[in-house]
Amino acid sequence: MRNGTEAIIVGIATLLAALAASFANDSLFQAHVWILTAVLAITAIILFRRVEFAPSNGSLPPVDTSGYMDGVVRYGVIATLFWGIVGFLVGVVIASQLSWPELNIEPWFNFGRLRPLHTSAVIFAFGGNALIATSFYVVQRTSRARLFGGKLAWFVFWGYQLFIVMAATGYLLGSTQSREYAEPEWYVDIWLTIVWVAYLVVFVGTIMRRKEPHIYVANWFYLSFIITVAMLHLVNNMAVPVSFLGSKSYSLFAGVQDALTQWWYGHNAVGFFLTAGFLGMMYYFVPKQANRPVFSYRLSILHFWALIFLYIWAGPHHLHYTALPDWAQNLGMVFSIMLWMPSWGGMINGLMTMQGAWDKLRTDPILRMFVISLAFYGMSTFEGPVMAIKSVNSLSHYTDWTIGHVHSGALGWNGMVTFGAIYYLVPKLWNRERLYSIRMINWHLWLATVGIVIYAAVLWVAGITQGLMWREYDSQGFLVNSFIETVSALHPEYVMRAFGGLLYLSGALIMAYNIWRTIRGDIRKEVPMGGAAFIPATAPAE
Amino acid sequence: MAFLDQHKKLERNVSLLFVFSLIAVLIGGIVEIAPLFYVKNTIEKVEGMRPYTPLELAGRNIYIREGCYLCHSQMIRPFRDEVERYGHYSLAAESMYDHPFQWGSKRTGPDLARVGGRYSDEWHVQHLIKPQEVVPESIMPSYAFLAKTSLDTKGFGDHLIANKMVGVPYSEEMIKNAVADMNAQVDPDGDTDGLASRYKKISIRNFDGNAKTLTEMDALVAYLQMLGTLVDLKAYQQQENLR
Repeated sequence: MRNGTEAIIVGIATLLAALAASFANDSLFQAHVWILTAVLAITAIILFRRVEFAPSNGSLPPVDTSGYMDGVVRYGVIATLFWGIVGFLVGVVIASQLSWPELNIEPWFNFGRLRPLHTSAVIFAFGGNALIATSFYVVQRTSRARLFGGKLAWFVFWGYQLFIVMAATGYLLGSTQSREYAEPEWYVDIWLTIVWVAYLVVFVGTIMRRKEPHIYVANWFYLSFIITVAMLHLVNNMAVPVSFLGSKSYSLFAGVQDALTQWWYGHNAVGFFLTAGFLGMMYYFVPKQANRPVFSYRLSILHFWALIFLYIWAGPHHLHYTALPDWAQNLGMVFSIMLWMPSWGGMINGLMTMQGAWDKLRTDPILRMFVISLAFYGMSTFEGPVMAIKSVNSLSHYTDWTIGHVHSGALGWNGMVTFGAIYYLVPKLWNRERLYSIRMINWHLWLATVGIVIYAAVLWVAGITQGLMWREYDSQGFLVNSFIETVSALHPEYVMRAFGGLLYLSGALIMAYNIWRTIRGDIRKEVPMGGAAFIPATAPAE
Repeated sequence: MAFLDQHKKLERNVSLLFVFSLIAVLIGGIVEIAPLFYVKNTIEKVEGMRPYTPLELAGRNIYIREGCYLCHSQMIRPFRDEVERYGHYSLAAESMYDHPFQWGSKRTGPDLARVGGRYSDEWHVQHLIKPQEVVPESIMPSYAFLAKTSLDTKGFGDHLIANKMVGVPYSEEMIKNAVADMNAQVDPDGDTDGLASRYKKISIRNFDGNAKTLTEMDALVAYLQMLGTLVDLKAYQQQENLR
């Protein structure tokens, strides 16, 4: 019998979930667990329909496990694309809500419930799926070994999707711990812990069965990302649930300690999820696409260790001038500034890998995407240390400048490097000659780039405007602006920000179309990129 | 560079790589976070802090549920403009019973650390039902449903027990009377002696103007109206510069 055990386990889980929903202590938990029950029930039905029994006169033909395990990577690529579009769409919606508050639909679609949905969808659903899928692809190639653990990789994939669905529906229902980027409540956190340990086992197990003597640099970054996220997740989510069948929990820490724990987590969600993990991606796909070796092996060693050691210290810069003790704030500031160089180590190593391949930029929009992504990485990892300086932070904190900064990193660096990796992967994973359209990649690239530039620029203006208006005094020594004046002043910027996001979203939709046609096996008839070759004049004209 | 050659050992052994990475990422957190739990002057001594009343705690949970912290901070920084706009800068002690903290990270709306007592209950109710009727340029969403949703008080003592487990000094009496205290706080004509003796500096009144039912609006307004009102800041200011 094949698939039988899985079907039975999910079937029992469905039953347990239904029981938990029936005996729930509060209505929120009840609604949330009914959603879980429905998801599990559908999964169980699909699995039961797939149970295969051995024929009476023999056994089932064996499954081929000799090559790389790419099925889970294919699913991961599609999930990345799907959640990316969901995340970008919700982003455009909440940006519009800030421009036109009548777009809020209480209670489920108010800004306060949609915003965690947006951040989690983009960071954990889009970014997380990209990281899991690419790490599974990269670790197999660079280790020349099949994924360890058999079906465990599938458990990681589907378990992670379940986490996303539970987190997202929880936010809309109002289940949140209010810890930014760690909002899911205790029961969803426990589930993520289980999935994450399985992920670690698959990843490390694959490295352990490698046929290459060295562990490739991309895998150092992936490994440190998986380890650190596990540590951050466990410490930051320590809480006491009110009851075993209730949604609410109370954080183990209070006030100052709670704030620093949260921002130690929050900053390193950026540092390890969005930086170290994505650097792992960069270290595989940029050299591959450029067809050049990594620029400097020594630089990769230095900046890897410096990056992971220093990043952890930077959290307190989110709490400048708060009730956090000064010594901690100052440590956070100093380490944030020191972090600039190891961050740029990755950018330099990535960009210099292009040496000897720069001419390819003319014809290869995927490579353009990687270069733009590295440029935004460099830009935002310079802006970050600047904003961590206390005097700059006194102006920028609490304003939209922070939001702009995050988006130049997330849209520019994480988004672009992921798009590039997906464009690289899809023809290989589905065994297609090439992508459906190369020119559409270029459209995607420019829509996204213009979108980010608009987004970041208007939020610089918005943030600095707001910061200066808050602290503006007249000659008599009175505050000039009431708070609401600083809100209405930002309306034009908020509208333009939503427009920038819309451009970015439309680029992603073009990508989805391109990928869909590629998977179908279509090839678009189009003029190749670059047009006629440029032939420089080597002798003066007569 | 000879030490870089030593790196070969690490990158050929996943266990070593694992252990060294873990050590590298452990240090910063240990040095920064651990001292906050035992360095005494992290939280200054102030007069007046008390645990939230059950109604205020329920209101706080609604504040969290609706994601208010995403647009409103509760942390006044020690700058002239902030102190003049919002009041005395926030003290660490003022969030010592906050599991979790609500300092926030963004001010799309104003800081709320000392909003308690600044506006009337009617203003808050009206503002939550339709913010633009009170502040025309406001971009805040409407929370009219809070006034129509009755507050779930069932087994609320368990919430106090969970808080006690993480260090909030709720007494047995407070836990036992949790649900009764929630109803008593919105009913000034009822028996409020027990409630008032358990919690100092407490407002006992019908917060949402609807005496018939205890609503989520009651709880949220009760919470908003106590924010920043507990600590005796005059006493604190007199001693803050004594060195």
